[in-house]
Amino acid sequence: MSKTKTKTKRKSRKKFLRVDGRKADELRTVKIETGIIPNADGSAYIEMGRNKIIAGVYGPREMHPKRLSKPNKGVLRVRYHMSPFSVDPRRSPAPSRRDTEISMVMTDALEPALFLERYPRSVIDVFVEIIQADGGTRCASINAAAVALVDAGIPMKDLVAACAAGKMDGNLVLDLGDYEDKKGEADVPLAYMPKLEEVTLLQMDGILTQKETEDVIEMAISGCKQIYEIQRDSLKKKYGMIEKDDESLEDELEEPEETEASEEPSEEPEHDEEEDGE
Amino acid sequence: MSAKFETRDIVVPGDLLYEGRARTGDNTYRREGNIYATRVGLVNYGKDRVSVIALEAGFVPLVGDLVIGTVTDIELGQWKINIGAETEAILTTNDAIDKPFRTYLDMTKILDVGDTIVAKIVDLDRNRTPILSILGHELGKARDGFTINITPSKIPRLIGKKGSMINMILKETHCQVTIGQNGKILINGRKREDEELVVKVIRKIEAEAHTSGLTNRIQEYLKEIKEHKK
Repeated sequence: MSKTKTKTKRKSRKKFLRVDGRKADELRTVKIETGIIPNADGSAYIEMGRNKIIAGVYGPREMHPKRLSKPNKGVLRVRYHMSPFSVDPRRSPAPSRRDTEISMVMTDALEPALFLERYPRSVIDVFVEIIQADGGTRCASINAAAVALVDAGIPMKDLVAACAAGKMDGNLVLDLGDYEDKKGEADVPLAYMPKLEEVTLLQMDGILTQKETEDVIEMAISGCKQIYEIQRDSLKKKYGMIEKDDESLEDELEEPEETEASEEPSEEPEHDEEEDGE
Repeated sequence: MSAKFETRDIVVPGDLLYEGRARTGDNTYRREGNIYATRVGLVNYGKDRVSVIALEAGFVPLVGDLVIGTVTDIELGQWKINIGAETEAILTTNDAIDKPFRTYLDMTKILDVGDTIVAKIVDLDRNRTPILSILGHELGKARDGFTINITPSKIPRLIGKKGSMINMILKETHCQVTIGQNGKILINGRKREDEELVVKVIRKIEAEAHTSGLTNRIQEYLKEIKEHKK
């Protein structure tokens, strides 16, 4: 690479702005709502930039067809589906190869966070519907599905947050949009469990050097951590618990007796054995 | 050796609740000697035990639970009942009728697919499939009324301290309300308005289950609606 080239690059990085006016390490605006499908056990809606995605969770429930169930553990079944009107031009509503693959990838990304061994012979169904797509739908879908799983009351080791990073015009960028996804040099979607500090999904499309790969992964993880905070807030918001004054907290301290002393067997339905060190 | 939150703070799965030796209560798990939450809920630091009161949780069947379910299938000598648990429950003929089962008895005449029943869990078999019985006081086929669903973890709040909440609702609305531990509630009233009022109140309880002073608030709420009607 010639000297002049590196110079211009350095210059441009200073005031480098992306196609949609974001900085290199800036996320798109993310908005998550929980409990939006009344008939589902758990649900979530995410807006990540112009992506609009609904996720619904059903279960744990009996598996049909029964032969797919496992005697020693539960099964997580994810269905990723893009609505015909989610992209331009309209796409066929039939599940494509891409849909099937992303469904599998999402299953693998979410499974490590669940205690599937607690639900033998049953299934947890996750349905993800893309209403509007704008690049990085698999990451946004994982974010929505993780929140929906928590909303369904399914015990989890940790939340799963996902975010992509990549390279566009020689710059490393976070959370690629549709244009950057298509025109960029590389795209690395990554799912991460922030508290366990474990990566559950890592894909790469394009060409990066070893150094760039490391940087991109680090960048994606930092993006996941930002999204994790938004996921937390969305879950807390459902119970109006974001701002809480001291007064209400004191009131609540009296409450547990009430729950415990009710006439009918009122123990928490959850009575799983203690989980000891893994 | 320290608590990371205050009692009754809201926590989400994966939150580190406690560092050091303590017992794991409901909705928690231990990893590398520390205690973490597995469900969204309110953390509770008891005497050397850390637990989370879940705000969202599925139904885990226990022997003795009163449940409300629907018949989904009829098999040889048994019905399959959906009670909202991870597996379907089984009701055998000798748990359903008070006399020996004869071949001339028609199972569909006793219970048909789609019927709603109030039953008790009498046993869990080795696969943890619940075994039901409808022999007993106030058990059996529901002949009238309709069911609604709420999160099973909020049933204790609906019942209240020594049944204070549910008794108040019964008194104010004159409806028959049967609460299943599986989150299904059978409502049967004389008037449609009364039934609607019960549904309204139950939805309010569900939405505010994690707040304090709920019984009083619901009482005022009922009073308000009644006055509004007059």
